[in-house]
This record gives sequence, structure tokens and C-alpha cells, in this order.
Amino acid sequence: MSVTNYVVLAALLFSIGASAVLLRRNAIIVFMGVELMLNATNLALVTFARIHGNLVGQVLAFFVMVVAAAEVVVGLAIIVSIYRTRRSASVDDANLLKDVREPA
Amino acid sequence: MIAEFIAPTVSWGPLAPVVVVLLAAVVGVLLEAFVPARFRRVAQVTLSLAAVVGALVALALAWSTVKSTGGYDVLSGSFVLDGPALVAQAIILVIALLSVLVMADRTASDEDAFAPMVSAAPGSDYEKIATTRGMAQTEVYPLVLFATGGMMIFGSTGDLLTLFVALEVLSLPLYLLSGMARRRRLQSQEASLKYFLLGAFASAFFIFGIALVYGATGTLRYSEIATAVATPTGTEGLLLLGAVLILVGLFFKVGAVPFHMWTPDVYQGAPTPITGFMAAGTKVAAFAAMLRVLYVMLAGLGWDLTVVLWTVAIATMLVGTVAGLVQTDIKRLLAYSSIAHAGFVLTGVAALDKQGPSSVLFYLLAYGLATVGAFAIISIVRERSASGGVSGEATALSQWAGLGRTHPVVAVTFLLFLLSFAGIPLTAGFVGKFAVFSAAVHGGAWPLALIGVLASAAAAFFYVKVIVLMFFPASEPTQASTDAEPAAAAGTGTATLLQTAPARVVTTTVVRPNGLATVSIAVCAVLTVVLGIFPGGVLDAISQVAAYLP
Repeated sequence: MSVTNYVVLAALLFSIGASAVLLRRNAIIVFMGVELMLNATNLALVTFARIHGNLVGQVLAFFVMVVAAAEVVVGLAIIVSIYRTRRSASVDDANLLKDVREPA
Repeated sequence: MIAEFIAPTVSWGPLAPVVVVLLAAVVGVLLEAFVPARFRRVAQVTLSLAAVVGALVALALAWSTVKSTGGYDVLSGSFVLDGPALVAQAIILVIALLSVLVMADRTASDEDAFAPMVSAAPGSDYEKIATTRGMAQTEVYPLVLFATGGMMIFGSTGDLLTLFVALEVLSLPLYLLSGMARRRRLQSQEASLKYFLLGAFASAFFIFGIALVYGATGTLRYSEIATAVATPTGTEGLLLLGAVLILVGLFFKVGAVPFHMWTPDVYQGAPTPITGFMAAGTKVAAFAAMLRVLYVMLAGLGWDLTVVLWTVAIATMLVGTVAGLVQTDIKRLLAYSSIAHAGFVLTGVAALDKQGPSSVLFYLLAYGLATVGAFAIISIVRERSASGGVSGEATALSQWAGLGRTHPVVAVTFLLFLLSFAGIPLTAGFVGKFAVFSAAVHGGAWPLALIGVLASAAAAFFYVKVIVLMFFPASEPTQASTDAEPAAAAGTGTATLLQTAPARVVTTTVVRPNGLATVSIAVCAVLTVVLGIFPGGVLDAISQVAAYLP
């Protein structure tokens, strides 16, 4: 099996993650979409590292994992604090900030 | 077969500014644990200011070497301290210094802009107890230092790995900081959520772009990518797509159209001193990184990326200007103004001319000073209820009517920043605009410069609108406007709170800063004028070191 298949798979996973971010309403699921995108990137990085025969891509994949973990810490803190205030984690409910015209 | 471990040689000198800031941030976290609550705030503020000043001194020490040798190449090229990197770091540190002063100011009301206990749900008993006990969330200062450190690294990286890590180090603290406002906490939390989700989304595209560039070239080092770009191998499609995705991540950070959606919401919801800090600092860092990516790494792709850069620059200028015209909230208005400014800076970037970096950096300095100053003033213009209690910021544009008569000094200073935003001569903003537009013309991008001049003329209209409102209000300044939008103003989205909010009479007042913010505003104002009248020295100094280390 050709290694390029893995790149295609990574692109597919990335697209699924991006779709989840754009289509789902629950902030947690949206966030999971982002995580899927990051992991798709890891797959692509490891595949490219194999193609090029160097370890740079694998090293970067480790950094992506660490960053993803840090992002989870910050992200869940924000989502939980919003949930405790509103009793809802839906991104549609967070709608206080928007362009408003001058009240007539 | 385990190779013998060879310890890398690190030259700490050029790293010192970044190390000082990040080390101080770590020490700040420890202070939270070991210093008694009463002294914590003083300790944190002192530490932050000392760290930023120390880093500036370290940069000043590196200046002469950078000027004569062209710069340092640290950790075999992962970190670069050349002229543009040094200037960007200096600008970021100046912005951080002025912003920390504004954040530390508790004003005459003895309250800073941050919630006493961010983890307590708004309206809960826990929050009330925290407020009455006068607790303070002093973690703000280490977070700001971490963000500052990330910003400094972001514009000084020599490879994509460091660029990615720096992006996250600067972003993650800012996500948290935008959710820490003392008042209108629902808006603040919402700003934080939006900034975080969209920021994480953008950084996912950014890292995928890095993966594709790595796939096309087999390396993450800028210099090696630049060599690979110059030699065709049949993977140009992958490379171009990767380059565009990396640019998407950077466009998001600077708030360029169509990646600007978060900007007005986050600028409005975040605590005002933080808004000033991130509006100025993030832009400097992201443009410094963008310049390096375009001028060093992708220099060979310039022609292919011109379409992208031109489209984004034009769209950013137009959307920022047009949307800014209809805003009724002063923080939102400045957010759209910052989008328009991102467009103006992009004309200097898209010129791909050797004047580009120095003109962009000067523009960012001028913009940063005016931004920190303007948001500092917004943070002291407050609402006052009929009973005399000073509450949150008066951000509705209508509440600013007649400020020129009631508080002339504040209004005139704000006028100065607005004139600098608008690019009126004798302010730093004018010199910056002139520099980027002439770089665009010099680089053959004269249509961009033309659109830029027209857009800045149109943008001047909404600054003038605010000025007219402040000094020549249509009605007499009996601004006893009944609170028409209690839900939005108080940030209380829940139905119960909305019913209990009475129709109250609110006037606009200016709280007296306790000195720190006054210093910050005064420095911003003086520098804005000085750089507008005598820009020569700074412009020369920046252009003397404007060459990138290859």
C-alpha cells in the first residue's frame, strides 16, 4: 500500500474535524472537532516523516500532542465556567456579543 | 545503536529578553502559591514591571551587535535575533509595559478591571463573598507575561516548530485573560469562548499547513524551505496549499478579513486593559511572524501568493472601514478600526519590498501606542447611577456625548489617539500610514496604496464622528439617558435578572486613575505626538537593522 494513502486519510480526518467544528452546536463537540483536526495533522506529519526518511515530522507530532493537551486544559476551563453560568454549553446560546444597530 | 548524547550549545545572550520574561512568568506562578494574599498584588505588579524593563535592557545591550553583525542565530537557527526581530520584541515589550500599568491601576473606585474570583459563577453567593472580601485574581500578571513571551518568540523564529509553539504560548493566556472581566461577566465569558474555539480552529489549519509544507520540502527550517522552494520538485501544489494555510493562521491572529469575525466580539467582551494589550501586542507579533514567513521562508513563492495577499488586504480595508461606520459601541468601533488597520499594514506586507519590514514595524509601533492609550481611556470612562455609585464602563457611543465639556483633558487625549488612528499629520499614525503606503508604491503595489488612501479617508469619518460627538453633542449634555438596553449593558442574559433591573438614570463620569494608568496614557500620548513630529530617529534606527538574517 502506498504511503500517500495515509496523507489522503489525514486530509479526510481533517475535513471531518473541520465539519464538526462548523456544524455542531455543543461547545464540547466543537472542541472535539478541533482535536480531530490536530490528530489528523499528526498522522500527516508522521507519514511525511516516513516519506522523507527523517525524524523532524515525528518530533513535531509530539509537540502537537503537548499543545493539544495544553489546549484541552484551557478550553475545558472556559467551557465549564460558561456552563456553570448558563447551564448550557451550546455555542448558539452565547449570543450577547453581536453587531447591533442604533435602537430606533 | 545509541549515539553519544551531545549537549547543544546555547548562546544565552540573545535569548535573554525572552528568558527574563518567561522566567518571571514562572516565578509569578510561584508567588501565587507562597506570598500572602495581602502582598500578592504588589509583588506581582513589581515583578511584571521589573521583568519587562529588564528584558528591554537586555534588548538594548544586544542592539549594537545586531546592528554591526546582522544578528544572532541561536539554537542552530530555531531562534533568530536579527534586526526586525529585535525591533518587534522591543515594540512588544513597550506595549506590555504600558498595558501592565493600565491593568495594575485600581482607580479611585479601588477595583481593577478583573473579576475578584473568575471561577465563581456570575451572580453566585461565592462571587458576592469574593467581592466583599476584596479578593483579587492576581494570576493576570503571570498570564500577561506568558503571552508577552510568546509574542516575542513568535516574530523571532527560524523554524516552523518554534513558530507553532510560540503561537500557542501567546494565544492560550489571552483566551483566559479575555474571560476575566469584573463587570459584564457573561459577555466576557462569551468572548473567551468565541476566541478560544475560533483560535483553536485557526491554529489547527495553521499546523496542517505546517505539515503540508514539511511534506513538500522535508524540513521545518525557514532557510532550508527557502532553498527547497527555489528548486522545483513537482510538489509545488502541496507547498502552495501549505503556505496558504499557514497564512490563514496568521491572518486570523491579525484579524484580517475573512478571518476577522472574532475581533469585534472579543475586543468588546474582554476586560478593557486586556483588549488594549492584545489588540496591540498580538498584531505586532503576528505581523512580525508574517513578514518573516513571507520574506525569508517563502520569498520564492512571492508571485504565487500575491493574489492571496492583495485580496485579503483589500477586503480587510473595505470591511473594517464600512462595518466601523455603523457601530454604536466604542470598543466595537475600535475593533473594526483595528481590522481596517490590519488591512493598511497588509498593504506594506504585500508590497514584498525591502522597505516593507521597517515601514510595517513603525506603523505597528504607532498603532500600538494609540491602541493602548485609547483602551486605557475607555477603561476610566464609567457609568454613574443616580445614587452616585460608579459602575462599569460607559461603552455605548451615545454615553460619550459631551465628554469634551465635562472632562476636557480626557477627551482631548482621546482625540489625539483617534487622530493618530485616522492618520492625521503631526501624529505617529500619519507617519506610519505614509511609510506603508510608500513601501507599497515602491514595491509596485500602487493599486493597494490607492485603495488604502481612499479607505483611510473613509475610516477617518468614523473617528470624526466620535470627535464631533464628544465635543459638539447634538443635544445638551444632560445625558440622563434611561438605560435602554439593560440586558446588554449589564451583561445579564438571564430572564430573572432582566426583570429585576429597574429603569435607572445613568450618567457618564471619569474615574480618577491612581497614577499608573495616568503615566501609561501620558506616555502613549507624548510618544504619539513625538513620533508624529520627529519620526526621523526611530525610522532611521528601524531601517538600519531592517535586513533579515538569511
